[in-house]
Amino acid sequence: MAEKIKLEVVTPKGAIVSEEVDIVTAPGFAGEFGVLANHAPFLSTIKVGTLRYKKDGNESELMISGGFCEVSNNKISLLVESAERGHEIDVDRALRAKERAEKRLMQAREKQENYDRTRAEAALQRAMARLKIAQHKL
Amino acid sequence: MASLKDVQTKIGGVKKTSQITSAMNMVAAAKLRGAQQKMEDFRPYTEKFNQAMTSLSANMESGQFPLMEVRDVQTTVEIVIVTSDRGLCGSFNSNIFKATEKLIAQYESEGKKVSLVCVGKKGNAYFKKTGKVRKAYTDIMGTFQMFNARAIAQDVAANFLAAGSDKVHVVYGKFMSVAVQKPSVELLLPVQPEASASEDAAQAGAAAGDYLYEPSPTEIMDVLLPLYMNVMIYHAMLETGASEHAARMTSMDNATRACKDMIQELTLLYNKARQAGITAELMDIVGGAEALKG
Repeated sequence: MAEKIKLEVVTPKGAIVSEEVDIVTAPGFAGEFGVLANHAPFLSTIKVGTLRYKKDGNESELMISGGFCEVSNNKISLLVESAERGHEIDVDRALRAKERAEKRLMQAREKQENYDRTRAEAALQRAMARLKIAQHKL
Repeated sequence: MASLKDVQTKIGGVKKTSQITSAMNMVAAAKLRGAQQKMEDFRPYTEKFNQAMTSLSANMESGQFPLMEVRDVQTTVEIVIVTSDRGLCGSFNSNIFKATEKLIAQYESEGKKVSLVCVGKKGNAYFKKTGKVRKAYTDIMGTFQMFNARAIAQDVAANFLAAGSDKVHVVYGKFMSVAVQKPSVELLLPVQPEASASEDAAQAGAAAGDYLYEPSPTEIMDVLLPLYMNVMIYHAMLETGASEHAARMTSMDNATRACKDMIQELTLLYNKARQAGITAELMDIVGGAEALKG
């Protein structure tokens, strides 16, 4: 295989991933972006979504929530608030969270409360991202 | 001299106390391990975060971000005090109070107003009567949840932006080692990323010019600054938590030892009283026998 890039995913609960990988695809602010070895120095904020990386042909997925990402010296570090693998996700909980968030979103829309709305939207995004990954595993 | 019965009750009481303190010592030791683990897990995150902050802010004007704005005329200084929720941990909390009071006195002598945000029950209980407490968060020290830190950071930032405060400090118990915890004061707002003298940071700053940014550096900063506050407050909470358990462990250890000493002293006293009693009884018997012979 060609050259590799070092991937690090760090959350407040410690480093989740620290591996040499072939390609990383992350949900950036302006859409998904892919990073290969020897990428130019790059800094971006990260949205809630799926982080994919390939190592020797094996693809792995992680659910990550907001943070930011730095690429420099053939190393990509993601600092995110949480990162979960597919099998760690509690599907029932995510489903419940999704329903709850949808309900809150409706209420917030009626009352036109922006604060509640942004919070509910964020919760909904997280729940959806979790479900997406969990379903991939099934 | 105390009666036999009194001494005996007292020994029983002290023994029970020592059972409690030694149990608390063990619980604190177990909790300390957990808290320390959490602190260590969090360390790489803070390190990376500070690195990114320094490299990002190196080529940016700090004036353009309200959270980094240094205000010349300062009227109100806010202090976030992170203490424990529970007591019985020696002088740990009162050391933090002392450091805070020193800070308050210093600012008040300069004619500034001070408002307090108390995290942890003990701080609130202590400072409530001063009337300076703006907000208090209690019963959150046991769990260390990031969202608690976020709520506090948001509130403090909002107050700062609304010019409710011009400068924010955070006071917490820094965990140096199991035996040493030091109250520590840090500047929270306006944000001033560590101007670390290390060559790494300088290098990163120099290289930062070549970075590609997505979205613009300013927008990234807007996201990072509130996050930075979360990190700072969460860090303070973790440190205080670990320090609290360490302080409780040592103070409970001391208490258990003091109990043992006391039991020893009391047992001595008890034996003396018992012997004195026996001697007195013997004297009585001998005296009675002598009288009968009479």
